[in-house]
Amino acid sequence: MITKKELQQLNIEANTVRITTLETIANLGVGHVGGSLSVVEVLTLLYFKEMNIDPNNPKMEGRDLLVLSKGHAGPALYSTLALKGFFPLDWLETLNKGGTNLPSHCDRTKTPGIDMTTGSLGQGLSAACGMALSCRLDGLDNYTYAIIGDGETDEGQNWEAAMFASQYKLNKLIAFTDYNKLQLDGTTESIMDLGDIEGKWRTFGWNVYRCDGHNISEIESKIELAKLSNNKPNMIILDTVKGKGAAFAENKLNNHNMVVAQDVAKEAIDELKKEL
Amino acid sequence: MDMRQVYCDTLIEAAKTNDKIMVVEADLMNATGTGPFKKAYPNRLVDVGVAEANLIGVSAGLSNMGKIPFAATFGCFASRRTFDQFFLSANYAKLNVKLVGTDPGITAQFNGGTHMPFEDIGIMQTVPNLVITEPCDSVSLEKTVYNLIDHYGSSYMRLHRKGELTIYDKDEKFEIGKGKVLKDGSDVTIVALGFVMVPEALQAAKMLEKEGISAAVIDPVCVKPLDNELILHYAAKTNAIISAENHQVSSGLGSAIANLLVNERPTKMRMVGVKEEFGQVGTLDYLKGYYRLNATEIVAQAKQLLKK
Repeated sequence: MITKKELQQLNIEANTVRITTLETIANLGVGHVGGSLSVVEVLTLLYFKEMNIDPNNPKMEGRDLLVLSKGHAGPALYSTLALKGFFPLDWLETLNKGGTNLPSHCDRTKTPGIDMTTGSLGQGLSAACGMALSCRLDGLDNYTYAIIGDGETDEGQNWEAAMFASQYKLNKLIAFTDYNKLQLDGTTESIMDLGDIEGKWRTFGWNVYRCDGHNISEIESKIELAKLSNNKPNMIILDTVKGKGAAFAENKLNNHNMVVAQDVAKEAIDELKKEL
Repeated sequence: MDMRQVYCDTLIEAAKTNDKIMVVEADLMNATGTGPFKKAYPNRLVDVGVAEANLIGVSAGLSNMGKIPFAATFGCFASRRTFDQFFLSANYAKLNVKLVGTDPGITAQFNGGTHMPFEDIGIMQTVPNLVITEPCDSVSLEKTVYNLIDHYGSSYMRLHRKGELTIYDKDEKFEIGKGKVLKDGSDVTIVALGFVMVPEALQAAKMLEKEGISAAVIDPVCVKPLDNELILHYAAKTNAIISAENHQVSSGLGSAIANLLVNERPTKMRMVGVKEEFGQVGTLDYLKGYYRLNATEIVAQAKQLLKK
Protein backbone atom coordinates (compact mmCIF):
# COMPACT_ATOMS: atom_id res chain seq x y z
CA MET A 1 0.00 0.00 0.00
CA ILE A 2 1.25 3.40 -0.89
CA THR A 3 0.84 6.36 1.46
CA LYS A 4 -0.55 9.70 0.32
CA LYS A 5 2.78 11.34 1.02
CA GLU A 6 4.65 8.67 -0.93
CA LEU A 7 2.28 9.06 -3.82
CA GLN A 8 2.77 12.80 -3.85
CA GLN A 9 6.51 12.32 -3.92
CA LEU A 10 6.36 9.65 -6.64
CA ASN A 11 4.19 11.89 -8.81
CA ILE A 12 6.78 14.63 -8.49
CA GLU A 13 9.51 12.16 -9.40
CA ALA A 14 7.53 10.92 -12.40
CA ASN A 15 7.13 14.47 -13.58
CA THR A 16 10.88 14.98 -13.21
CA VAL A 17 11.58 11.77 -15.15
CA ARG A 18 9.23 12.98 -17.90
CA ILE A 19 10.91 16.38 -18.09
CA THR A 20 14.35 14.82 -18.05
CA THR A 21 13.37 12.38 -20.80
CA LEU A 22 12.14 15.22 -22.97
CA GLU A 23 15.27 17.25 -22.31
CA THR A 24 17.42 14.24 -23.16
CA ILE A 25 15.71 13.63 -26.48
CA ALA A 26 15.46 17.34 -27.33
CA ASN A 27 19.16 17.74 -26.68
CA LEU A 28 19.77 15.30 -29.54
CA GLY A 29 16.85 16.65 -31.58
CA VAL A 30 15.26 13.35 -32.49
CA GLY A 31 14.12 10.23 -30.69
CA HIS A 32 11.51 7.77 -29.53
CA VAL A 33 9.35 10.31 -27.75
CA GLY A 34 6.02 8.48 -27.77
CA GLY A 35 6.98 5.15 -26.28
CA SER A 36 9.37 6.76 -23.80
CA LEU A 37 6.76 9.07 -22.32
CA SER A 38 4.13 6.34 -22.02
CA VAL A 39 6.22 4.25 -19.58
CA VAL A 40 7.35 7.05 -17.24
CA GLU A 41 4.98 6.24 -14.37
CA VAL A 42 5.70 2.51 -14.25
CA LEU A 43 9.46 3.12 -14.41
CA THR A 44 9.28 5.74 -11.67
CA LEU A 45 7.24 3.47 -9.41
CA LEU A 46 9.56 0.52 -9.99
CA TYR A 47 12.84 2.34 -9.45
CA PHE A 48 11.78 4.83 -6.77
CA LYS A 49 9.72 2.48 -4.64
CA GLU A 50 9.13 -1.06 -5.76
CA MET A 51 12.45 -2.56 -6.74
CA ASN A 52 15.17 -3.75 -4.41
CA ILE A 53 18.17 -2.15 -6.10
CA ASP A 54 21.30 -0.26 -5.15
CA PRO A 55 22.50 2.51 -7.49
CA ASN A 56 25.97 2.16 -5.97
CA ASN A 57 26.01 -1.54 -6.72
CA PRO A 58 24.07 -2.02 -9.96
CA LYS A 59 24.95 -5.74 -10.11
CA MET A 60 23.95 -6.43 -6.48
CA GLU A 61 23.21 -10.11 -6.06
CA GLY A 62 19.57 -10.89 -5.43
CA ARG A 63 18.38 -7.50 -6.69
CA ASP A 64 15.11 -7.10 -8.52
CA LEU A 65 15.55 -7.06 -12.28
CA LEU A 66 13.97 -5.24 -15.18
CA VAL A 67 13.99 -6.11 -18.86
CA LEU A 68 12.76 -3.20 -20.94
CA SER A 69 11.87 -5.31 -23.94
CA LYS A 70 10.68 -2.26 -25.85
CA GLY A 71 14.31 -1.16 -25.81
CA HIS A 72 13.62 1.98 -27.80
CA ALA A 73 12.17 3.54 -24.63
CA GLY A 74 15.77 3.68 -23.40
CA PRO A 75 15.71 7.48 -22.88
CA ALA A 76 12.96 7.15 -20.24
CA LEU A 77 14.84 4.39 -18.44
CA TYR A 78 18.14 6.27 -18.68
CA SER A 79 16.50 9.35 -17.16
CA THR A 80 15.05 7.23 -14.36
CA LEU A 81 18.37 5.54 -13.65
CA ALA A 82 20.30 8.83 -13.72
CA LEU A 83 17.84 10.51 -11.35
CA LYS A 84 18.09 7.47 -9.09
CA GLY A 85 21.86 7.88 -9.03
CA PHE A 86 23.08 4.97 -11.15
CA PHE A 87 25.24 7.36 -13.18
CA PRO A 88 25.76 11.14 -13.46
CA LEU A 89 22.92 13.17 -14.94
CA ASP A 90 25.25 14.75 -17.47
CA TRP A 91 25.60 11.38 -19.20
CA LEU A 92 22.11 12.05 -20.54
CA GLU A 93 23.56 14.74 -22.81
CA THR A 94 25.50 12.00 -24.61
CA LEU A 95 22.42 10.03 -25.74
CA ASN A 96 23.14 8.45 -29.13
CA LYS A 97 26.36 10.34 -29.61
CA GLY A 98 29.48 8.45 -30.73
CA GLY A 99 31.09 6.56 -27.85
CA THR A 100 28.13 7.08 -25.50
CA ASN A 101 27.08 4.71 -22.73
CA LEU A 102 23.48 5.52 -23.57
CA PRO A 103 22.59 4.08 -26.97
CA SER A 104 19.13 4.43 -28.43
CA HIS A 105 18.24 0.88 -27.38
CA CYS A 106 19.14 -0.62 -24.00
CA ASP A 107 22.54 -2.30 -23.71
CA ARG A 108 23.50 -4.23 -20.57
CA THR A 109 27.18 -3.93 -21.39
CA LYS A 110 27.21 -0.14 -21.55
CA THR A 111 24.85 1.32 -18.96
CA PRO A 112 24.92 0.79 -15.19
CA GLY A 113 21.50 -0.45 -14.11
CA ILE A 114 20.46 -1.93 -17.45
CA ASP A 115 19.79 -5.60 -16.78
CA MET A 116 19.34 -6.83 -20.35
CA THR A 117 20.19 -5.79 -23.87
CA THR A 118 17.09 -5.24 -25.99
CA GLY A 119 16.08 -3.53 -29.20
CA SER A 120 15.07 -6.26 -31.60
CA LEU A 121 11.44 -6.38 -30.57
CA GLY A 122 9.96 -9.50 -29.07
CA GLN A 123 13.08 -10.84 -27.39
CA GLY A 124 12.94 -9.36 -23.91
CA LEU A 125 10.23 -11.48 -22.35
CA SER A 126 12.12 -14.69 -23.18
CA ALA A 127 15.22 -13.34 -21.48
CA ALA A 128 13.15 -12.27 -18.48
CA CYS A 129 11.83 -15.84 -18.29
CA GLY A 130 15.36 -17.24 -18.22
CA MET A 131 16.40 -14.70 -15.59
CA ALA A 132 13.39 -15.44 -13.38
CA LEU A 133 13.97 -19.17 -13.70
CA SER A 134 17.65 -18.81 -12.87
CA CYS A 135 16.84 -16.76 -9.77
CA ARG A 136 14.39 -19.39 -8.61
CA LEU A 137 16.94 -22.16 -9.13
CA ASP A 138 19.34 -20.15 -6.98
CA GLY A 139 16.75 -19.89 -4.22
CA LEU A 140 16.40 -16.11 -4.54
CA ASP A 141 13.09 -14.43 -3.75
CA ASN A 142 13.56 -11.43 -6.00
CA TYR A 143 11.24 -10.26 -8.75
CA THR A 144 11.92 -10.04 -12.46
CA TYR A 145 9.98 -7.29 -14.21
CA ALA A 146 9.53 -6.92 -17.95
CA ILE A 147 7.92 -4.20 -20.02
CA ILE A 148 6.74 -4.99 -23.52
CA GLY A 149 5.11 -2.71 -26.04
CA ASP A 150 1.69 -3.22 -27.54
CA GLY A 151 3.08 -3.12 -31.08
CA GLU A 152 5.81 -5.47 -29.93
CA THR A 153 3.11 -7.86 -28.78
CA ASP A 154 2.70 -8.77 -32.47
CA GLU A 155 5.99 -10.66 -32.28
CA GLY A 156 5.44 -14.41 -31.97
CA GLN A 157 8.34 -14.90 -29.59
CA ASN A 158 6.29 -13.20 -26.85
CA TRP A 159 3.80 -16.01 -27.05
CA GLU A 160 6.52 -18.65 -26.92
CA ALA A 161 7.71 -16.94 -23.75
CA ALA A 162 4.14 -16.67 -22.46
CA MET A 163 3.68 -20.43 -22.69
CA PHE A 164 7.06 -21.03 -21.10
CA ALA A 165 6.43 -18.72 -18.13
CA SER A 166 3.16 -20.49 -17.47
CA GLN A 167 4.63 -23.99 -17.88
CA TYR A 168 7.46 -23.17 -15.48
CA LYS A 169 5.12 -21.35 -13.05
CA LEU A 170 7.24 -18.20 -12.98
CA ASN A 171 5.20 -16.47 -10.30
CA LYS A 172 7.97 -13.96 -9.58
CA LEU A 173 7.79 -12.66 -13.13
CA ILE A 174 5.74 -9.48 -13.37
CA ALA A 175 5.33 -8.15 -16.90
CA PHE A 176 3.66 -4.99 -18.11
CA THR A 177 2.18 -4.22 -21.49
CA ASP A 178 2.50 -0.55 -22.40
CA TYR A 179 -0.89 -0.45 -24.09
CA ASN A 180 -0.79 2.99 -25.67
CA LYS A 181 -2.80 1.79 -28.70
CA LEU A 182 -0.32 3.16 -31.25
CA GLN A 183 2.34 1.35 -33.19
CA LEU A 184 4.73 2.79 -35.74
CA ASP A 185 2.43 2.57 -38.74
CA GLY A 186 -0.79 3.60 -37.02
CA THR A 187 -3.23 2.52 -34.34
CA THR A 188 -2.82 -1.03 -33.08
CA GLU A 189 -6.46 -1.56 -33.98
CA SER A 190 -5.87 -0.67 -37.63
CA ILE A 191 -2.47 -2.36 -38.06
CA MET A 192 -2.68 -5.55 -35.98
CA ASP A 193 -5.58 -5.54 -33.58
CA LEU A 194 -4.72 -7.05 -30.21
CA GLY A 195 -8.40 -7.74 -29.61
CA ASP A 196 -9.07 -9.22 -26.21
CA ILE A 197 -5.57 -8.64 -24.90
CA GLU A 198 -6.49 -9.57 -21.34
CA GLY A 199 -8.13 -12.78 -22.52
CA LYS A 200 -5.11 -13.68 -24.62
CA TRP A 201 -2.72 -13.56 -21.66
CA ARG A 202 -5.22 -15.26 -19.39
CA THR A 203 -5.61 -18.10 -21.89
CA PHE A 204 -1.85 -18.48 -21.90
CA GLY A 205 -2.00 -19.15 -18.17
CA TRP A 206 -1.13 -15.76 -16.70
CA ASN A 207 -2.72 -13.70 -13.96
CA VAL A 208 -3.92 -10.60 -15.75
CA TYR A 209 -4.54 -7.16 -14.27
CA ARG A 210 -5.33 -3.91 -15.97
CA CYS A 211 -5.15 -0.29 -14.90
CA ASP A 212 -4.45 3.28 -15.87
CA GLY A 213 -0.75 3.22 -16.67
CA HIS A 214 -0.33 6.85 -15.68
CA ASN A 215 -1.82 6.34 -12.23
CA ILE A 216 0.98 5.31 -9.91
CA SER A 217 -1.30 4.29 -7.09
CA GLU A 218 -3.29 1.98 -9.38
CA ILE A 219 -0.16 0.39 -10.84
CA GLU A 220 1.18 -0.17 -7.34
CA SER A 221 -2.01 -1.90 -6.24
CA LYS A 222 -1.80 -4.27 -9.24
CA ILE A 223 1.84 -5.06 -8.46
CA GLU A 224 0.83 -5.90 -4.92
CA LEU A 225 -1.79 -8.31 -6.27
CA ALA A 226 0.75 -9.84 -8.64
CA LYS A 227 3.11 -10.43 -5.74
CA LEU A 228 0.48 -12.68 -4.14
CA SER A 229 0.75 -15.13 -7.04
CA ASN A 230 2.15 -18.49 -6.06
CA ASN A 231 2.06 -20.37 -9.33
CA LYS A 232 1.36 -18.09 -12.28
CA PRO A 233 3.28 -15.37 -14.10
CA ASN A 234 1.69 -11.94 -14.04
CA MET A 235 0.74 -9.50 -16.77
CA ILE A 236 -0.35 -5.98 -15.91
CA ILE A 237 -1.90 -4.21 -18.89
CA LEU A 238 -1.20 -0.52 -18.59
CA ASP A 239 -3.63 1.70 -20.43
CA THR A 240 -1.36 4.50 -21.48
CA VAL A 241 -1.10 7.42 -23.87
CA LYS A 242 1.75 7.43 -26.33
CA GLY A 243 3.63 10.69 -25.91
CA LYS A 244 1.88 11.37 -22.58
CA GLY A 245 2.46 14.81 -21.11
CA ALA A 246 3.92 16.54 -24.17
CA ALA A 247 1.23 18.26 -26.21
CA PHE A 248 3.31 18.18 -29.39
CA ALA A 249 3.54 14.39 -29.22
CA GLU A 250 0.58 13.15 -27.22
CA ASN A 251 -1.42 10.60 -29.21
CA LYS A 252 0.09 11.82 -32.47
CA LEU A 253 0.40 9.14 -35.13
CA ASN A 254 3.95 10.23 -35.96
CA ASN A 255 5.25 10.21 -32.39
CA HIS A 256 7.10 6.89 -32.45
CA ASN A 257 10.40 8.40 -33.50
CA MET A 258 10.17 12.11 -34.16
CA VAL A 259 12.18 15.27 -34.59
CA VAL A 260 11.99 17.44 -31.47
CA ALA A 261 12.96 21.07 -31.88
CA GLN A 262 14.38 22.77 -28.80
CA ASP A 263 11.65 25.44 -28.65
CA VAL A 264 8.88 22.86 -29.01
CA ALA A 265 10.40 20.78 -26.24
CA LYS A 266 10.85 23.84 -24.04
CA GLU A 267 7.18 24.69 -24.35
CA ALA A 268 6.20 21.16 -23.25
CA ILE A 269 8.77 21.18 -20.45
CA ASP A 270 7.54 24.56 -19.17
CA GLU A 271 4.03 23.14 -19.01
CA LEU A 272 5.25 20.11 -17.05
CA LYS A 273 7.23 22.29 -14.68
CA LYS A 274 4.04 24.06 -13.67
CA GLU A 275 2.94 20.77 -12.12
CA LEU A 276 6.04 20.53 -9.92
CA MET B 1 29.55 -44.79 -28.09
CA ASP B 2 27.43 -42.36 -30.16
CA MET B 3 28.77 -38.84 -30.35
CA ARG B 4 25.63 -37.57 -28.63
CA GLN B 5 26.27 -39.87 -25.71
CA VAL B 6 29.75 -38.44 -25.40
CA TYR B 7 28.19 -34.95 -25.41
CA CYS B 8 25.68 -35.83 -22.70
CA ASP B 9 28.13 -37.82 -20.55
CA THR B 10 30.60 -34.94 -20.69
CA LEU B 11 27.97 -32.44 -19.55
CA ILE B 12 26.88 -34.76 -16.73
CA GLU B 13 30.48 -35.16 -15.59
CA ALA B 14 31.24 -31.44 -15.84
CA ALA B 15 28.05 -30.55 -14.00
CA LYS B 16 29.19 -32.55 -10.98
CA THR B 17 31.67 -29.84 -10.12
CA ASN B 18 30.07 -26.88 -11.88
CA ASP B 19 26.54 -26.08 -10.76
CA LYS B 20 26.20 -23.36 -13.40
CA ILE B 21 25.92 -25.82 -16.26
CA MET B 22 22.43 -26.23 -17.67
CA VAL B 23 20.93 -27.91 -20.72
CA VAL B 24 18.20 -26.20 -22.71
CA GLU B 25 16.24 -28.17 -25.30
CA ALA B 26 13.48 -27.34 -27.77
CA ASP B 27 11.54 -30.60 -27.78
CA LEU B 28 14.54 -32.50 -29.15
CA MET B 29 15.96 -33.81 -25.87
CA ASN B 30 15.43 -37.34 -27.06
CA ALA B 31 17.22 -36.58 -30.33
CA THR B 32 20.13 -34.70 -28.73
CA GLY B 33 20.30 -37.53 -26.23
CA THR B 34 20.37 -35.37 -23.11
CA GLY B 35 17.72 -37.38 -21.25
CA PRO B 36 20.35 -38.80 -18.86
CA PHE B 37 21.34 -35.22 -17.94
CA LYS B 38 17.76 -34.56 -16.94
CA LYS B 39 17.74 -37.73 -14.90
CA ALA B 40 20.92 -36.66 -13.13
CA TYR B 41 19.89 -33.01 -12.66
CA PRO B 42 16.13 -32.69 -13.07
CA ASN B 43 16.07 -28.94 -12.40
CA ARG B 44 18.95 -28.14 -14.70
CA LEU B 45 17.42 -29.30 -17.94
CA VAL B 46 14.88 -26.89 -19.35
CA ASP B 47 12.68 -27.88 -22.28
CA VAL B 48 11.07 -24.90 -23.99
CA GLY B 49 8.99 -26.94 -26.41
CA VAL B 50 9.04 -26.36 -30.15
CA ALA B 51 10.05 -22.72 -29.77
CA GLU B 52 13.55 -22.00 -30.97
CA ALA B 53 13.42 -18.23 -30.55
CA ASN B 54 12.52 -18.76 -26.93
CA LEU B 55 15.24 -21.42 -26.66
CA ILE B 56 17.80 -18.70 -27.23
CA GLY B 57 15.98 -16.02 -25.23
CA VAL B 58 15.62 -18.21 -22.15
CA SER B 59 19.24 -19.34 -22.50
CA ALA B 60 20.36 -15.71 -22.71
CA GLY B 61 18.37 -14.94 -19.56
CA LEU B 62 19.91 -17.91 -17.74
CA SER B 63 23.36 -16.79 -18.85
CA ASN B 64 22.62 -13.25 -17.70
CA MET B 65 22.28 -14.64 -14.18
CA GLY B 66 25.53 -16.60 -14.44
CA LYS B 67 24.39 -19.97 -15.71
CA ILE B 68 26.20 -21.74 -18.56
CA PRO B 69 23.41 -22.98 -20.81
CA PHE B 70 24.06 -25.56 -23.53
CA ALA B 71 21.13 -24.98 -25.89
CA ALA B 72 20.63 -27.52 -28.65
CA THR B 73 18.42 -28.10 -31.65
CA PHE B 74 18.92 -29.33 -35.21
CA GLY B 75 21.59 -27.20 -36.91
CA CYS B 76 19.14 -25.87 -39.47
CA PHE B 77 16.97 -24.35 -36.74
CA ALA B 78 19.88 -23.39 -34.51
CA SER B 79 21.22 -21.20 -37.30
CA ARG B 80 18.49 -20.14 -39.72
CA ARG B 81 15.61 -19.97 -37.30
CA THR B 82 17.18 -18.34 -34.26
CA PHE B 83 19.73 -16.11 -35.87
CA ASP B 84 18.45 -12.73 -34.70
CA GLN B 85 17.88 -14.01 -31.17
CA PHE B 86 21.33 -15.59 -31.05
CA PHE B 87 22.97 -12.55 -32.64
CA LEU B 88 21.34 -10.02 -30.35
CA SER B 89 20.19 -11.54 -27.06
CA ALA B 90 23.27 -13.78 -26.77
CA ASN B 91 26.17 -12.29 -28.73
CA TYR B 92 25.56 -8.55 -28.95
CA ALA B 93 24.55 -8.72 -25.28
CA LYS B 94 27.95 -10.38 -24.60
CA LEU B 95 26.34 -13.34 -22.86
CA ASN B 96 27.50 -16.91 -22.65
CA VAL B 97 25.17 -19.16 -24.61
CA LYS B 98 26.61 -22.45 -25.88
CA LEU B 99 24.50 -23.16 -28.94
CA VAL B 100 24.69 -26.65 -30.37
CA GLY B 101 23.48 -27.44 -33.88
CA THR B 102 23.01 -31.15 -34.35
CA ASP B 103 22.93 -33.17 -37.57
CA PRO B 104 25.31 -30.98 -39.56
CA GLY B 105 25.07 -31.14 -43.34
CA ILE B 106 24.42 -34.54 -44.88
CA THR B 107 24.23 -36.28 -41.52
CA ALA B 108 20.60 -35.13 -41.41
CA GLN B 109 20.11 -38.01 -43.88
CA PHE B 110 16.43 -39.08 -43.95
CA ASN B 111 15.21 -35.76 -42.57
CA GLY B 112 16.27 -34.37 -45.92
CA GLY B 113 16.58 -30.89 -47.39
CA THR B 114 14.40 -29.12 -44.81
CA HIS B 115 16.71 -30.28 -42.04
CA MET B 116 20.08 -30.34 -43.82
CA PRO B 117 22.18 -27.31 -42.88
CA PHE B 118 24.85 -26.52 -45.44
CA GLU B 119 24.77 -22.86 -44.42
CA ASP B 120 24.95 -22.79 -40.62
CA ILE B 121 28.68 -22.09 -40.39
CA GLY B 122 28.32 -19.36 -42.99
CA ILE B 123 25.52 -17.70 -41.05
CA MET B 124 27.46 -17.94 -37.80
CA GLN B 125 30.71 -16.65 -39.31
CA THR B 126 29.10 -13.22 -39.53
CA VAL B 127 28.86 -12.92 -35.72
CA PRO B 128 31.86 -11.05 -34.29
CA ASN B 129 34.03 -13.11 -31.94
CA LEU B 130 31.74 -16.14 -31.93
CA VAL B 131 33.53 -19.45 -31.42
CA ILE B 132 32.52 -21.90 -34.19
CA THR B 133 33.63 -25.48 -33.81
CA GLU B 134 32.96 -28.95 -35.18
CA PRO B 135 34.82 -31.64 -33.25
CA CYS B 136 35.28 -34.73 -35.41
CA ASP B 137 35.56 -37.49 -32.81
CA SER B 138 34.69 -38.49 -29.27
CA VAL B 139 37.94 -37.20 -27.74
CA SER B 140 37.91 -33.80 -29.40
CA LEU B 141 34.20 -33.48 -28.61
CA GLU B 142 34.71 -34.13 -24.91
CA LYS B 143 37.67 -31.77 -24.67
CA THR B 144 35.90 -29.10 -26.70
CA VAL B 145 32.86 -29.17 -24.40
CA TYR B 146 35.19 -28.58 -21.43
CA ASN B 147 36.97 -25.80 -23.32
CA LEU B 148 33.66 -24.10 -24.10
CA ILE B 149 32.65 -24.28 -20.44
CA ASP B 150 35.92 -22.58 -19.46
CA HIS B 151 35.65 -19.93 -22.16
CA TYR B 152 33.33 -17.00 -21.38
CA GLY B 153 31.45 -16.12 -24.54
CA SER B 154 28.87 -17.61 -26.83
CA SER B 155 29.70 -20.42 -29.19
CA TYR B 156 28.22 -22.52 -31.96
CA MET B 157 29.15 -26.18 -32.03
CA ARG B 158 28.15 -28.55 -34.79
CA LEU B 159 27.40 -31.93 -33.25
CA HIS B 160 27.09 -35.13 -35.20
CA ARG B 161 24.70 -37.21 -33.10
CA LYS B 162 24.84 -40.79 -34.27
CA GLY B 163 27.88 -42.87 -34.91
CA GLU B 164 31.13 -43.50 -33.19
CA LEU B 165 34.57 -42.28 -34.11
CA THR B 166 37.81 -42.08 -32.18
CA ILE B 167 40.74 -40.50 -33.95
CA TYR B 168 42.64 -38.85 -31.14
CA ASP B 169 44.45 -40.38 -28.21
CA LYS B 170 42.43 -39.88 -25.06
CA ASP B 171 45.17 -37.71 -23.55
CA GLU B 172 45.36 -35.34 -26.52
CA LYS B 173 45.03 -31.72 -25.43
CA PHE B 174 42.82 -29.23 -27.26
CA GLU B 175 42.57 -25.45 -27.19
CA ILE B 176 39.97 -23.19 -28.72
CA GLY B 177 41.40 -21.89 -32.00
CA LYS B 178 44.13 -24.50 -32.22
CA GLY B 179 44.10 -27.10 -34.97
CA LYS B 180 45.72 -30.52 -35.09
CA VAL B 181 48.10 -32.05 -37.59
CA LEU B 182 46.77 -35.55 -38.13
CA LYS B 183 49.35 -36.42 -40.75
CA ASP B 184 52.39 -34.57 -41.97
CA GLY B 185 53.07 -34.12 -45.67
CA SER B 186 55.00 -31.96 -48.11
CA ASP B 187 53.13 -31.68 -51.43
CA VAL B 188 49.62 -30.66 -50.46
CA THR B 189 47.66 -29.90 -47.26
CA ILE B 190 44.12 -31.11 -46.72
CA VAL B 191 42.26 -29.10 -44.09
CA ALA B 192 39.19 -31.15 -43.20
CA LEU B 193 36.43 -30.50 -40.70
CA GLY B 194 34.13 -32.76 -38.73
CA PHE B 195 32.93 -36.31 -38.38
CA VAL B 196 32.22 -36.75 -42.09
CA MET B 197 35.24 -35.13 -43.73
CA VAL B 198 38.19 -35.84 -41.42
CA PRO B 199 38.11 -39.62 -42.07
CA GLU B 200 37.67 -38.94 -45.80
CA ALA B 201 40.73 -36.67 -45.73
CA LEU B 202 42.82 -39.33 -43.98
CA GLN B 203 41.68 -41.86 -46.56
CA ALA B 204 42.48 -39.43 -49.39
CA ALA B 205 45.98 -38.88 -47.98
CA LYS B 206 46.59 -42.63 -48.10
CA MET B 207 45.35 -42.80 -51.69
CA LEU B 208 47.61 -39.89 -52.66
CA GLU B 209 50.63 -41.52 -51.02
CA LYS B 210 50.18 -44.50 -53.34
CA GLU B 211 50.51 -42.12 -56.26
CA GLY B 212 53.62 -40.55 -54.81
CA ILE B 213 51.93 -37.42 -53.48
CA SER B 214 52.70 -36.51 -49.89
CA ALA B 215 49.60 -35.00 -48.29
CA ALA B 216 49.36 -33.38 -44.87
CA VAL B 217 46.00 -33.57 -43.06
CA ILE B 218 44.90 -30.86 -40.63
CA ASP B 219 41.81 -30.87 -38.43
CA PRO B 220 41.21 -27.20 -37.54
CA VAL B 221 38.55 -28.19 -34.92
CA CYS B 222 37.44 -24.55 -34.92
CA VAL B 223 36.46 -22.55 -37.99
CA LYS B 224 36.52 -19.46 -35.80
CA PRO B 225 38.92 -18.55 -34.43
CA LEU B 226 40.80 -20.32 -37.19
CA ASP B 227 44.31 -21.56 -36.41
CA ASN B 228 45.91 -19.04 -38.76
CA GLU B 229 49.43 -19.86 -37.68
CA LEU B 230 49.09 -23.56 -38.43
CA ILE B 231 47.42 -23.01 -41.78
CA LEU B 232 49.95 -20.39 -42.89
CA HIS B 233 52.76 -22.70 -41.85
CA TYR B 234 51.38 -25.49 -44.03
CA ALA B 235 50.58 -23.09 -46.86
CA ALA B 236 54.28 -22.18 -46.86
CA LYS B 237 55.36 -25.79 -46.52
CA THR B 238 53.20 -27.37 -49.23
CA ASN B 239 52.12 -24.41 -51.40
CA ALA B 240 48.80 -26.15 -52.03
CA ILE B 241 45.70 -26.32 -49.86
CA ILE B 242 42.50 -28.36 -50.16
CA SER B 243 39.63 -27.60 -47.80
CA ALA B 244 37.05 -30.31 -47.14
CA GLU B 245 33.78 -29.63 -45.37
CA ASN B 246 30.27 -31.01 -44.97
CA HIS B 247 28.90 -27.54 -45.74
CA GLN B 248 28.57 -25.04 -48.58
CA VAL B 249 31.91 -23.90 -49.93
CA SER B 250 30.57 -20.35 -50.37
CA SER B 251 30.68 -19.52 -46.68
CA GLY B 252 32.29 -22.24 -44.61
CA LEU B 253 35.73 -23.57 -43.76
CA GLY B 254 37.07 -23.14 -47.30
CA SER B 255 36.08 -19.52 -47.52
CA ALA B 256 37.50 -18.83 -44.04
CA ILE B 257 40.84 -20.30 -45.17
CA ALA B 258 40.68 -18.39 -48.45
CA ASN B 259 40.08 -15.14 -46.53
CA LEU B 260 43.21 -15.82 -44.53
CA LEU B 261 45.37 -16.83 -47.47
CA VAL B 262 44.36 -14.03 -49.80
CA ASN B 263 45.49 -11.51 -47.20
CA GLU B 264 48.52 -13.24 -45.76
CA ARG B 265 49.94 -15.68 -48.26
CA PRO B 266 48.13 -16.26 -51.56
CA THR B 267 48.30 -20.00 -52.12
CA LYS B 268 46.85 -22.38 -54.70
CA MET B 269 43.68 -23.80 -53.25
CA ARG B 270 40.64 -25.98 -54.02
CA MET B 271 37.49 -26.38 -51.95
CA VAL B 272 35.68 -29.67 -51.48
CA GLY B 273 32.17 -29.15 -50.20
CA VAL B 274 28.61 -28.49 -51.30
CA LYS B 275 28.23 -26.14 -54.26
CA GLU B 276 25.00 -24.31 -55.23
CA GLU B 277 22.61 -26.97 -53.97
CA PHE B 278 20.03 -27.59 -51.27
CA GLY B 279 19.91 -30.75 -49.19
CA GLN B 280 17.85 -33.85 -49.90
CA VAL B 281 16.99 -37.21 -48.39
CA GLY B 282 19.28 -40.21 -48.63
CA THR B 283 21.70 -42.44 -46.78
CA LEU B 284 25.01 -40.98 -45.69
CA ASP B 285 26.80 -42.95 -48.42
CA TYR B 286 24.39 -41.79 -51.09
CA LEU B 287 24.71 -38.17 -50.00
CA LYS B 288 28.50 -38.36 -49.78
CA GLY B 289 28.51 -39.57 -53.35
CA TYR B 290 25.95 -37.07 -54.62
CA TYR B 291 27.66 -34.03 -53.12
CA ARG B 292 31.14 -35.49 -53.70
CA LEU B 293 32.04 -35.21 -50.03
CA ASN B 294 34.53 -38.05 -50.15
CA ALA B 295 38.14 -39.14 -50.47
CA THR B 296 37.81 -39.65 -54.23
CA GLU B 297 36.89 -36.00 -54.74
CA ILE B 298 39.66 -34.79 -52.44
CA VAL B 299 42.18 -36.87 -54.41
CA ALA B 300 40.86 -35.58 -57.73
CA GLN B 301 41.04 -31.97 -56.56
CA ALA B 302 44.54 -32.46 -55.15
CA LYS B 303 45.84 -33.95 -58.37
CA GLN B 304 44.27 -31.20 -60.45
CA LEU B 305 45.73 -28.57 -58.16
CA LEU B 306 49.23 -30.03 -58.31
CA LYS B 307 49.12 -30.18 -62.10
CA LYS B 308 48.79 -26.41 -62.35
